[in-house]
Amino acid sequence: MKYSIFIGLSALTIITSIAHAAEVISSTEALSNTPHIRTLASSCAACHGSNGNAISGNAELAGMDSAYFTAQMLAFKDGSRPATVMHRHAKGLNTDEINLLADYFSKQNRVPGHVPKAQTLKAHHE
Amino acid sequence: MNNFKRRDFIKTGLGVAVASLAPSLLVSCAGINKKNANSIGRVVIIGGGYAGLTAAKYIRMWSAGNIEVVVIEKSSQFVSCPLSNLVLGGSKTIHDLTFGYDLVQKNHGVTWISDEVTAIDAANKKVKMKRGEVHYDRLIIAPGIDFMYDTLPNLETTQQEIPHAWKAGWQTVNLRKQLEAMHDGGVFLINVPRAPYRCPPGPYERVCQVASYLKAHKPKSKIIVLDANPEITSKKGLFTKVWVEMYPGMVDYRPNNIITEVDVKTKTVKTDFETVSGDVLNIIPPQRAGKPAQLAGVDNADKRWCEVSFITYESTVVPNIHVIGDAIDSNLPKSAHLATNQARICASAIVELMLNRTPDPAPVFANTCYSFVSDNEAMHVATVYRYDPNKKIMIAADGGGVSLKPSVQEGNYAQAWAANIWSDVLT
Repeated sequence: MKYSIFIGLSALTIITSIAHAAEVISSTEALSNTPHIRTLASSCAACHGSNGNAISGNAELAGMDSAYFTAQMLAFKDGSRPATVMHRHAKGLNTDEINLLADYFSKQNRVPGHVPKAQTLKAHHE
Repeated sequence: MNNFKRRDFIKTGLGVAVASLAPSLLVSCAGINKKNANSIGRVVIIGGGYAGLTAAKYIRMWSAGNIEVVVIEKSSQFVSCPLSNLVLGGSKTIHDLTFGYDLVQKNHGVTWISDEVTAIDAANKKVKMKRGEVHYDRLIIAPGIDFMYDTLPNLETTQQEIPHAWKAGWQTVNLRKQLEAMHDGGVFLINVPRAPYRCPPGPYERVCQVASYLKAHKPKSKIIVLDANPEITSKKGLFTKVWVEMYPGMVDYRPNNIITEVDVKTKTVKTDFETVSGDVLNIIPPQRAGKPAQLAGVDNADKRWCEVSFITYESTVVPNIHVIGDAIDSNLPKSAHLATNQARICASAIVELMLNRTPDPAPVFANTCYSFVSDNEAMHVATVYRYDPNKKIMIAADGGGVSLKPSVQEGNYAQAWAANIWSDVLT
């Protein structure tokens, strides 16, 4: 019984310290992982895949260097980098959002995007 | 007693192990342990389309699996409306656009119920189905659209003869077969319902796809477009130019033309102004929020669409019921990309609310919508939308707009759009 209390106390110490660490992280580095930025970043998924893991050759944003990301977006925004569609998105965002998106995507793990397999439409479907 | 404590610590320890992989989630886990180590609640989602699936996946992801998600869907397969006009043009088959629901369930731990909703008991937070019922803490209704046959009642039972093909599936294949059977010199007659309807540029893209097929195989044929709206509702300049330059003499566009009567046998339609006959008819009825929204009584805008908060997508009339996708009353186009954006804002807000935190008070998202004008050329409309706290709606930000002209490059981007959104939504 004493043994289990000891484990419990140790666990509590660990939890407290990790919680403290998380607070420190959230106040400095994780500004990009707010609901505002995570939802904005996720709206890029239609062309750039889940968490920036694009398939079909579009720019892979997951793990992209944040300075490079910011430079490209600002170039789309001011027109110095020509684009078919990205200038429309870049112009709609403010510089803070671009910086936070850069930070957000730079921290995403690069994983192979999943490709769903097309299948034969069943006879009973609408 | 000590055993209980020990078990609690073990569960907490597991929470920490998960959280240490993603430090930002630790706050979620701390919040969860106060209530219940396994789940902080259950979200039931009605509808497995673009909106419903996206909400399911992102609630699971952003709650680190701590919110239970149950999806109720009556179909056993997902068929994409985006790209389905290419089936009419001939560059895709319906089977290229059909997918299973297995990966989103397996990858994200979503509970799946294949059933049809029969009633929604908002007072007791229960959804009743043909074969059972399920309790929810929050309900998301992503019902898509339903057709309004009140002005054209005979069309409801004659969809085999005159398909709408406005929900991708066998009707899309049926319409393609009718085009294949039509003689060279025939007339394809299509209407555009009065806005708002699903996919504003969709009918005009369809005209391009049918024109592309006819130009190659039946060049003497014509297309008559009866538009209930005063003008082309999306990408107007581009579509007008494409019809003149790519399909000269083929498209006869007639605005302000609301169909009042359809004779199925003679394939003749009447409008306030004229009587028009065709060889293949494609009548797209006016639309409203899908049946589950009607059952819940959340279709409070003219008994057609659902009014929601654009911060949480919660219904303005029934608490704890959220509505996303084409069914909502909104100034924004009813597009698949916007449906997924609404789904993620809603998902994020629900995660925050269930953790007793405040959702993002000013969401921002982007919409990109491509239309194919031939088998390989496409053009876009793209806009960032930003929440306006005074007007309480999403407003188009600066910089949005359309392509200068359609191109093969944008055709490739449009194919990539589909591949990526399918990957995001279905896996």
